[in-house]
Amino acid sequence: MDNEKPIVDFSAIRDALGKDFKPVQVMDGQANVVNEAIVSKYSNDQLVDFLKLMIWERTLHQRSNALTRQGRLGFYAPTEGQEASEMGSNSAMKSTDVLMPAYRDIPQLIQHGLPVYKAFLWSRGHVLGNEYPEDLHAMPPQIIIGAQYIQAAGVALGIKKNGTEDKVAYSYTGDGGTSQGDFYEGMNFAGAFQAPAVFIVQNNGYAISVPRRKQTAARTLAQKAVAAGIPSVQVDGMDFLAVHEVTKAAREYAAAGNGPVMIETLTYRFGPHTNAGDDPKRYRTKAEEQPWFDNDPLIRYRKYLTDQGVWSEDIENDYVDQVKADIKAAVKQADEAPKQKMTEFLGNVFEEQPQNIQQQITEYQAKESK
Amino acid sequence: MSKKTYIQAITDALRLELGSDEKTLIFGEDVGKNGGVFRATDGLQAEFGEDRVFDTPLAESGIGGLSIGLALEGFRPIPEIQFLGFIFETLDSIAGQMSRERFRTGGTRHMPITIRSPYGGGTHTPEMHADSLEGYLAQIPGLRVVTPSNPYDAKGLLISSIRNNDPVFFLENLKLYRSMKADIPDEAYTVPLDKANVVREGTDITLIAYSAQVNQSLKVAEKLEKEGISVEVVDLRTLSPLDEETILKSVEKTGRAVAIQEAQRQAGIAANVASLIAEKGALYLSAPVGRVSAPDTVYPFGLAEDDWLPAEDEIEAKTREILNY
Repeated sequence: MDNEKPIVDFSAIRDALGKDFKPVQVMDGQANVVNEAIVSKYSNDQLVDFLKLMIWERTLHQRSNALTRQGRLGFYAPTEGQEASEMGSNSAMKSTDVLMPAYRDIPQLIQHGLPVYKAFLWSRGHVLGNEYPEDLHAMPPQIIIGAQYIQAAGVALGIKKNGTEDKVAYSYTGDGGTSQGDFYEGMNFAGAFQAPAVFIVQNNGYAISVPRRKQTAARTLAQKAVAAGIPSVQVDGMDFLAVHEVTKAAREYAAAGNGPVMIETLTYRFGPHTNAGDDPKRYRTKAEEQPWFDNDPLIRYRKYLTDQGVWSEDIENDYVDQVKADIKAAVKQADEAPKQKMTEFLGNVFEEQPQNIQQQITEYQAKESK
Repeated sequence: MSKKTYIQAITDALRLELGSDEKTLIFGEDVGKNGGVFRATDGLQAEFGEDRVFDTPLAESGIGGLSIGLALEGFRPIPEIQFLGFIFETLDSIAGQMSRERFRTGGTRHMPITIRSPYGGGTHTPEMHADSLEGYLAQIPGLRVVTPSNPYDAKGLLISSIRNNDPVFFLENLKLYRSMKADIPDEAYTVPLDKANVVREGTDITLIAYSAQVNQSLKVAEKLEKEGISVEVVDLRTLSPLDEETILKSVEKTGRAVAIQEAQRQAGIAANVASLIAEKGALYLSAPVGRVSAPDTVYPFGLAEDDWLPAEDEIEAKTREILNY
């Protein structure tokens, strides 16, 4: 009896989980093109524009980092290392698509149309940073790490019900976010309704200090979409072109009425979780970090374009100077924001003011006029 | 005019609003073919189609998030949470998200969502099916908490809630669903939000209640009238924000008040009412504000329900105590 084989070999099933999720890549870490057909689709000008997006994000990160240290920004979640994941995916979306971002997705929000000074005001904790015009199809950054997923499912269902063509809802979360119930509920709802949503998981290895391996026993995060019956893919998140192409394909698939898609980008945050006291030295080793630093998404892409003779240090320096000047102007604009008033806050609790709010507006009007 | 039960009045309101605004959507668990577990949405899917009245996967947080996303795309969602005891899963969507959206976006986005949910005891439901959680909801800024005590208000308040551009949590009392009938107009009409209703005028004492407790209070008032005691009964209708003016005006007239709720005593609506009167109406009072509520336990098991729920004789005893203070 002891030698009898069980009716089901669970070990074999477990070992097979996730085996179908091989990361998609276009350019490897040494800037070798592994998918020539994709690269040749683009003109040199387009390829340069892609690099510029990543350099813009890196420069924004560096300035934001410096500004938080000077106390000129508030909450800031560093993005260094995630440029290919963030810009590669976002650049495949249209401005009419609806972006449901999390707190590390500020660069995508800005590229989607949020003025930089408003992003800074959000960081500082000013309501003007959250006042989006109607034609900015996005919500302010989400703090609850799965909530934006179920909301994206709702937006996507609304798009479908409105019969809007060529429009999707897209949302980001991290590897930690995939442990939240709302992550599953969002994918499951969008799948059940066949709604046009693109769910992007930026797997940067850590939910603050908890590593991906302690987050879940799943072999890949991409496979989590299988249970919802929606297609998913894992992509080299340090490879701009791979992320861009995968997202573009996902968008086309969802917009064509086929239902949602999930994308897992394999990336790394070079710095801390946020600038509010997190120290990665407590939970990461140099030996672990170095290969990721060597795999910096800018290095391979910059090398490729430099080898092609369409990029150089001088061009880059000029471009970075221009970005820095724009950021400086945005800081100045943010500095000019008026002081927030409790009366205005009270006026935004409801559309029509009930008695308690009316009374409190009167109280605060008296205080504010002093 | 037709004689209708509380739940028929609710269905009536839903049908009229679905008919008048194509952006309204009803969704939740079993609301489609089944018409809801209490039949509140009975026949609405057949009449308006699966695009407007539809079942969702079984996940309350998903239902909440879906409402927010649909509101962002221009819809007017009317989600149903099958029982109020199931809201814990969706509290992030309600308290953390939709009710703060207007505030956090500086007034640039609104959330015209009406969440309907049955609640209230006395029907011997299983655990988590009868809890009165309105106190939890009442502390959420940006969320109106509305609960009708009769079929007329049920229809009018629901229509007002659906037409409002801010989120409303619309609480439907399980025991009232089929226990009373009233003549209500067949056409759409509204009952104002944020306004309490003096359902019975009196001069000696004010009973301030809501939902099923209004009817119990009215019975107490009728009983005491035979002894020459004139009791005023105020139906709060909107629990948050409170209609302070109506409460204070009544207490100014009668000089005595009892606040009544079915929920546990701690941090409840009745505590809010008592505190309002203490803060702004203390000089009108000839006696302390009385309170009638359930005890501070978890909602009890079915066989203990009748002992736990505030009974008519408890309201009567407390009213007499305050009158004789």
